[in-house]
Amino acid sequence: MATTLLAIGTRKGLWLATSEDRRSWSLSSPHFLMTEVPSIGIDTRGGRTRLMIGVRSEHFGPTVVHSDDLGVTWDEPEHGAIRFPADTGAAVERIWQLHPDSADRPGVVWAGCEPISVWRSDDGGDSFALCRGLWDHPHRSEWGAGYGGAAAHSVVPGPEGTVHVAMSTGGVYRTTDGGGSWQPRNSGIGAYFMPGPAPEFGQCVHKIARDAVDPRRLYAQNHHGVYRSDDDGDSWTSIADGLPSDFGFVMLAHPRRAGTVWVVPLVADGERIPPGGELAVHRSDDAGSSWRRLADGLPAHEYNAVLRDAACVDAGDPVGVYVGTRGGEVYASADEGESFGTVASHLPDVLCVRAAVLGATELARSPEDRARSGASATSASEEDS
Amino acid sequence: MTVQVLLPRLLAECTGGRTSMALDVPARTTVDALLDVLAAEHPVFGRRVRDETGALRRHVNVYVDGEEVRRLSGLDTPVPADAEVMVVQSVAGG
Repeated sequence: MATTLLAIGTRKGLWLATSEDRRSWSLSSPHFLMTEVPSIGIDTRGGRTRLMIGVRSEHFGPTVVHSDDLGVTWDEPEHGAIRFPADTGAAVERIWQLHPDSADRPGVVWAGCEPISVWRSDDGGDSFALCRGLWDHPHRSEWGAGYGGAAAHSVVPGPEGTVHVAMSTGGVYRTTDGGGSWQPRNSGIGAYFMPGPAPEFGQCVHKIARDAVDPRRLYAQNHHGVYRSDDDGDSWTSIADGLPSDFGFVMLAHPRRAGTVWVVPLVADGERIPPGGELAVHRSDDAGSSWRRLADGLPAHEYNAVLRDAACVDAGDPVGVYVGTRGGEVYASADEGESFGTVASHLPDVLCVRAAVLGATELARSPEDRARSGASATSASEEDS
Repeated sequence: MTVQVLLPRLLAECTGGRTSMALDVPARTTVDALLDVLAAEHPVFGRRVRDETGALRRHVNVYVDGEEVRRLSGLDTPVPADAEVMVVQSVAGG
């Protein structure tokens, strides 16, 4: 039976949960305790599982660490995986996104950071290069900062050199040449917090996701507004009808099935709680034409928000759906959101979750295997104590 | 000349477990140059204390003989012989 790994990044550390059935979970002790974990990437390409973690100390700054043995040991490049070139005069504030590319581009990993920047690694996340085309973009001086900071928080690679990013604030930008040049792609996306008609850029797009089957179809959860694009981001139309609110942070796409997406609505930007104080996930199976409210197993009363990366899906069959709240609760569904169970409670604010179903190959270097082979290892909790 | 350096316990994992050390440095050195010496030997420590622009991180303080360097000349603050240089995290967090 496959093991599912759920990595939970919080305001004060990382927890790793594992399950054989995605209903009963074992939770690790904290890794990187007292350190913010705003980004997680789980790379299962090439028959190994690499955990990539963006950590940030309030005192000692951000860095990227990775583990190839499911968190038994962690490695950090001595000189840092993500560092601005000297001529930029900039320093990384927070690593918001670590996203492995597709299986046909092994070794490629994307990062989105604060200040607004996108980075590409070709060595599996050991080192990243700044995408200068976006860094030097003429719009940069007009991009703003969302409440959480000015960041490229969503990086969605597509086929043939296409990558979409979303930034707050700035909106959606697209490259079709692998990151060399970038164009805003926000036509149809609102920006109610600005006077006049919606601008070419400057929107506060909270999250974007690509359709599993049609790579030219994308979905966006905006700072008020839920949208779909059928033309690679050239234009967007509302798919908010049927939702209790068009505000929220989450946008998840099914990994295999066309037209299936999940959102987690919040009342409004001025009232960032689930509608009615009742947490619910909403799923569409027809690309946003209609939505179903899913709340079985979720708490009757929940006044905490779910942040943009505090929800994810796995690649299981059926797909698992995971949601973490700023109140430190983490819920898992093994049936695409039809019902949820609790993974963890009373953790610090959940900033991000990522899940992967691990086969025998990916588990080949599990802690138990390492112990059996006599490999020496220092536990993360010892390192961090 | 020799300078006594005190390092935060929270960063001991980056300095081979050491929280104090005596460093031999050139005369008329500065805090910046002293941190360069430390960073050359302990690169991760260097990144924890200064960002990639070379700026001291906002919530890291450095004291030279009890004086916080931001009240002096920042990282250009001279370090006299036999000085005690203390690197410590500031009061921050929640």
